[in-house]
Amino acid sequence: MIKPSGSKNLQDLFRISIFSAAGGFCMGMTMSQKILAGHAGQAEVKAGQLIEANLDLVLGNDITSPVAINAMKEMKNQTVFDKEKIALVMDHFIPNKDIKSAENCKCCREFASAHSISHYYDVGKMGIEHALLPEQGLVSAGDLIIGADSHTCTYGALGAFSTGVGSTDMAAGMVTGKAWFKVPSAIRFELSGKLRKKISGKDLILSLIGMIGVDGALYESMEFTGSGVESLSMDDRFTVCNMAIEAGGKNGIFPVDDITKQYLKEHSKRPLRIYEADDDAVYEKTIRVDLNEIDYTVAFPHLPENTKKAGSFGKIKIDQAVIGSCTNGRISDLRTAAEILKGRKVAEKVRCIIIPATQSIYLQAMKEGLIETFIEAGAAVSTPTCGPCLGGYMGVLAAGEKCISTTNRNFVGRMGHTDSEIYLSDPAVAAASAVMGYIASPEEVL
Amino acid sequence: MKAKGHVFKYGENINTDVIIPARYLNATTGEELSVHCMEDIDRDFVRKVKPGDIMVARKNFGCGSSREHAPLALKSAGISCVIADTFARIFFRNSINIGLPILECREAAQEINAGDEVEVNFDTGIIRDLTLDREFQAQPFPEFMQNIIHAGGLIGYVNGKKK
Repeated sequence: MIKPSGSKNLQDLFRISIFSAAGGFCMGMTMSQKILAGHAGQAEVKAGQLIEANLDLVLGNDITSPVAINAMKEMKNQTVFDKEKIALVMDHFIPNKDIKSAENCKCCREFASAHSISHYYDVGKMGIEHALLPEQGLVSAGDLIIGADSHTCTYGALGAFSTGVGSTDMAAGMVTGKAWFKVPSAIRFELSGKLRKKISGKDLILSLIGMIGVDGALYESMEFTGSGVESLSMDDRFTVCNMAIEAGGKNGIFPVDDITKQYLKEHSKRPLRIYEADDDAVYEKTIRVDLNEIDYTVAFPHLPENTKKAGSFGKIKIDQAVIGSCTNGRISDLRTAAEILKGRKVAEKVRCIIIPATQSIYLQAMKEGLIETFIEAGAAVSTPTCGPCLGGYMGVLAAGEKCISTTNRNFVGRMGHTDSEIYLSDPAVAAASAVMGYIASPEEVL
Repeated sequence: MKAKGHVFKYGENINTDVIIPARYLNATTGEELSVHCMEDIDRDFVRKVKPGDIMVARKNFGCGSSREHAPLALKSAGISCVIADTFARIFFRNSINIGLPILECREAAQEINAGDEVEVNFDTGIIRDLTLDREFQAQPFPEFMQNIIHAGGLIGYVNGKKK
């Protein structure tokens, strides 16, 4: 059974409620299950159970929203459930790459205007959705969020249950404020130790995907716990949860601690609902990870599970390096890249493309002199866009080309020609590779 | 409800980027999308597929992006059913929501060959490979999902509830 209990801190009293175990006869629930139960108005849910739950936020982008808007036209009720709880972010193909993309954005823009959607983000104000929403304070701990984008699982970093869905789910969510869920079981990742200097959340999640495979967490929650959590920055956690989907996971989620509370205090006015896994929660399995043992990790084509330790393979020459995306386009990622590129040059035959994930990250990078560093090094810097990550534009690959990228997928043809290759890494490895002209460990440069 | 057709067979981890490459995501209708369906791993698919044909693949079918364009492209290309060991969860949801029948059956996914003639009964979950003369039993859908399927997808289901 779950029961809200008070918070110790007076200042937090109005914003924080804690849902912890009250003991008794019920079977223990995972953190994800508790959030689902709370939003379904049920005291208890079990893995496998089908529930209908109330949503705190419904998200769509310029690719998936037009399909949802079309689907909504077939619904009897065509009014949105709450204009404050819908976010439409133009980020995949904008500034528009072609006429069809422009038509899609126009469709979203008109819909947002007609329904007075409060959180509509367009050119000049937007950012890549999964970096933007937390930054704008639209996501808080304990929220239940669906988004018509697979990387919606990012917000688990803030202690929310958030998961990717399709456009029809988005349409139904926008109208009813509800979605159906099959309650997931969970894999517990018990983290201990601390990541070594410069090793980041990206290396951690790539290592985990390498360990369990691209369907290792299929239909399941990935719940991160243990003493190692406190050593992970908010940006590390965003990156880890962002790629839960690449292991097939339904969601990734971190417990709410002081780091989360500090982030939410700085960004959001929303209330915090802190859900904690029961001590007797049932997990499919527990995987213990010593963070000290994580190395710079590179995922080889054409699956994120094909991981190798950087420096453990021969020289792989690259044609392009991409630093950005919802996975690694945050300010800490840009700082890491700048540290390596400062006073150095991008190798002669390499195109280095750096994309800050939001307008405020872009501005912050400019204030810190990072943009100047990038341009002096010979890199191209772009306005926020998902662009090259999914082979849309701004860095599409030709046949036979190889790219090191801080993005999240390296499937066949993902960034362009089906005969091109994508290697996934963290920003330090990508920046070092841009300088060396081949996939390099940052230690070779610094 | 039944489906009958010839089989297109693929391997593991068939992802949404190969079902419908992102470079075509500026299109939003099934008709526009279907002409590029599967082209990055099977250039002949669109030319050869006939209405009613069945797709069979191994584990984690539909992994990757949340794009509903993927099941939409398959459905519009004429695919009447997808059978796989397992499906990635967003693809699974999307298929049910738009009314593309999918079945999880490891044995069928393993044994059925490309080109086989296969008949599927969605009410019983029985898959018959007429070429091999073999029968397989797929996992039946829970009642809740059957209700969505019978309503023709999630929109029909929601419309029905509003009555």
